[in-house]
Amino acid sequence: MSLRDNEDISSIVQALKHKPGALLPILHGVQEKLGYIPSEAVTIIANELNLTRAEVHGVVSFYHDFRSKPPGRHMVRICQAESCQAMGSVALTTFAKEHLGVDFHETTRDEAFSLEPVYCLGNCACSPAMMVDEEVYGRMTPQRFQKILLDVVGQRE
Amino acid sequence: MKATVYVPRDSGALSLGAEAVATAVQAEARKRGQELQLIRNGSRGMYWLEPLLEVVTATGRVAYGPVSPSDVPGLFEAGFLQGASHPLHLGLTEAIPYFRKQERLASARVGVTDPTSLEDYCAYGGFRGLHNALSLSGEQIIQEVIESGLRGRGGAAFPTGIKWKTAFDTPSEQKYVVCNADEGDSGTFSDRMIMEGDPFILIEGMIIAGMAINATQGYIYLRSEYPHAFRVLNLAIEKAYEAGYLGKDVLGSTRTFHLEVRRGAGAYICGEETALLESLEGKRGMIRYRPPLPAVVGLFGKPTIINNVITLASVPIIFDKGAAFYKNYGVGRSRGTLPFQLAGNIKRGGLVEKAFGLTLRELLYDFGGGSFTGKPIRAVQIGGPLGAYLPESQFDVKLDYEALSGIQAMLGHGGVVAFDDTVDMAKMARFAMKFCAIESCGKCTPCRIGSTRGMEVIDKIIQNRNRNANLHLLRDLCDIMLNGSLCGLGGLIPNAVLSAMKHFPGDFGIRDVEKLSLA
Repeated sequence: MSLRDNEDISSIVQALKHKPGALLPILHGVQEKLGYIPSEAVTIIANELNLTRAEVHGVVSFYHDFRSKPPGRHMVRICQAESCQAMGSVALTTFAKEHLGVDFHETTRDEAFSLEPVYCLGNCACSPAMMVDEEVYGRMTPQRFQKILLDVVGQRE
Repeated sequence: MKATVYVPRDSGALSLGAEAVATAVQAEARKRGQELQLIRNGSRGMYWLEPLLEVVTATGRVAYGPVSPSDVPGLFEAGFLQGASHPLHLGLTEAIPYFRKQERLASARVGVTDPTSLEDYCAYGGFRGLHNALSLSGEQIIQEVIESGLRGRGGAAFPTGIKWKTAFDTPSEQKYVVCNADEGDSGTFSDRMIMEGDPFILIEGMIIAGMAINATQGYIYLRSEYPHAFRVLNLAIEKAYEAGYLGKDVLGSTRTFHLEVRRGAGAYICGEETALLESLEGKRGMIRYRPPLPAVVGLFGKPTIINNVITLASVPIIFDKGAAFYKNYGVGRSRGTLPFQLAGNIKRGGLVEKAFGLTLRELLYDFGGGSFTGKPIRAVQIGGPLGAYLPESQFDVKLDYEALSGIQAMLGHGGVVAFDDTVDMAKMARFAMKFCAIESCGKCTPCRIGSTRGMEVIDKIIQNRNRNANLHLLRDLCDIMLNGSLCGLGGLIPNAVLSAMKHFPGDFGIRDVEKLSLA
C-alpha cells in the first residue's frame, strides 16, 4: 500500500461518512478503488467512524464480497446454485478449475483471473451462468468459457 | 422512413449477446444509409428467444429471435424493418402464446418501454396511481392496500396492508420505507427484471408507501450481484428527482420522500428482513429477534416498512385501477398475480406473470415446454433453496400460498427450478446443507453447526456407512434446525432435505419411509 492509497481511502471515508449506516458504502468505495480492503484501511475507517478495528474487520469478514487481499485483474464468478446445477454447472466448474489451474478463492499465477463461487446471478432462465467482472454470461459451456476468457483478456487488457 | 428497433439491455439478454446484436444493427443500418431509432428495452421474459429483436410496424411490434450478430445483415436483406418473413421471424411479439396467455400487472411495461424514459413510463400509465394516492390520507391508502388482498411477494406472504398499518400506528418522528431487493433465491429473477426493465414502478410504489406511513426516507437494498440494476435504478432515481417525484416537495404536495440505493455485499442472509436492516445500518448481517417487528422497531430503531420489489411494484396498479381490480385476480386468500420464474432444466425459461391458481404442470409444460434436455422432469424446487422438492405426482398442485403449504411446500418468491431425471436428490439435499453452512449468519447454533453436521451425515448416507442410523440422525437434526432457528434459513432449509428424502427415498437408500416419519 502506498501513501497515495492512504489518501484515496481517507477521501472515500470523508465523502461518505456522513451517511447513516456508512460502513458498507465506504467498504464498497475502497474496494472499487483498490480492488480489496487493505488492513490499513480498516484502521483508517475505524478511526473515522468511531468504531473499533474489530468491528470493521468483523464486517469485512462477514460479507463474501469483501476481500482482504488483492485479486487478479479479472474476477470470474461461476454460479453454484440449484438452477445452474440443473444445467451442468458442476461440470462447468470442474472444467474452469482445471483450465485455470486454481481452486475457488484463488488467483491464477499470471494474476489474470480470480475464481469465486457465487450463489445466483438472477440469470436462471439462461443457466448455467457466470459473471466476469460486471458482465453476466448465460448458457455456459466449457467452449464458451474458454472463448469468453480469451475475449476478456483481448478486449480489456 | 425512420425505423424503430428494440434490442433489450436486460442483463439476461446481455448474457446471451444482446450488446453485440445492438452494435451490429446500428452498423448495418449505417452501412445501408437507413435511418434508425434503436431503443434499449427490458426483456419480454422469453429467454429462450433472447436476444429478441423487435421492430415497430403498422400492425404492431414484430419479433425476431434468437438473433446473433451474424444474422443481422440477413435480417436487413429480408426486409425485417417492414416485419418481413425470415427464419427467425416470430410474428407479433404480443401474439406469441407464452406472452399472450399471461396476466401482466407488475411486469406490464417490462420489455415494452425504454426503462430509463420517464416519458415512456407516463405514456404507459405510469404515476397515475401516485396521482390518485396524493388525494388520500395515510389511513385511506392503507385501507386500499388491505382491501386489495396484497400479500408480501418476497416469500413470507404477510398481508402488506397490515404491515403498513403497524408502522402507521407506531408514533415516531422518523419512519422508513425499505425495499428488499436482495433477490438471492436460485431460480428467481423477477425483481431484477422489474428493476432493470421498469424501475419507475418501484420508485412509484415506494413513494406511495412513504405517504401511507409518513416516511420521508426510502432505501433500496440491492444485492451486489445486480450491477446493471444498480445503474438503471440510480439513473431512474436521478430522473425522478429532476421531475419532482422525489425530494422535498413531491409533486407540489409538501410531502418529502428521498430515495437511495444501497448495495449488499454477497450475503444471502441479508434477504432476511432483520439481517437486511443490520446490514443497512453498516453492521454484520446478523438476524434480530422478533418481536419487536421492524414495523415497530426497524431501521435505526425507527418504524420501518420492509417490502419486496414485486410487492412495492404491485402498489401503483392498486391505486391506478383500484383494490377491487387487483383483488379480482387470484384464488382464495391468494389475491392478485405473481410473476412466476421458470428456470433450471426447462425448454422455455422465463417470466410468467399469472393470477394465482394455475397448476405447476401448466407452468412446466404449457409454458415451459418440458425439460431443456428433453428427458422427463423428475423434480421441481419451488421457492428457492429453502423450498421443498416436488415429485411428478405433485405437479397438479395449484400455485397459491395455501395449496402449497397444504403439501408442506411453499411458493416463496415464485421461482420454479426444474431438474431432469439425471438429478441425484441426495446430492441436492447435501447442497442444501452446504448452502446453509456457507450462508448462515451464525446466530443460532442449529443453523451454524447443524448445517455442517448435516452435510457430513448426508455424506455418510451416500457412502452407505451405517445408513439406517444416519438417516434417523438426519431426521432428528432437521427437526432441531426447524424448531431451533430464529429465521427462515436454518428454519426452512430442512424442508428441502426432508422433501427430497420423502419423495425420492431411493436416492438416499431409504427402504422404509414410514419408519422415518417423514409425512
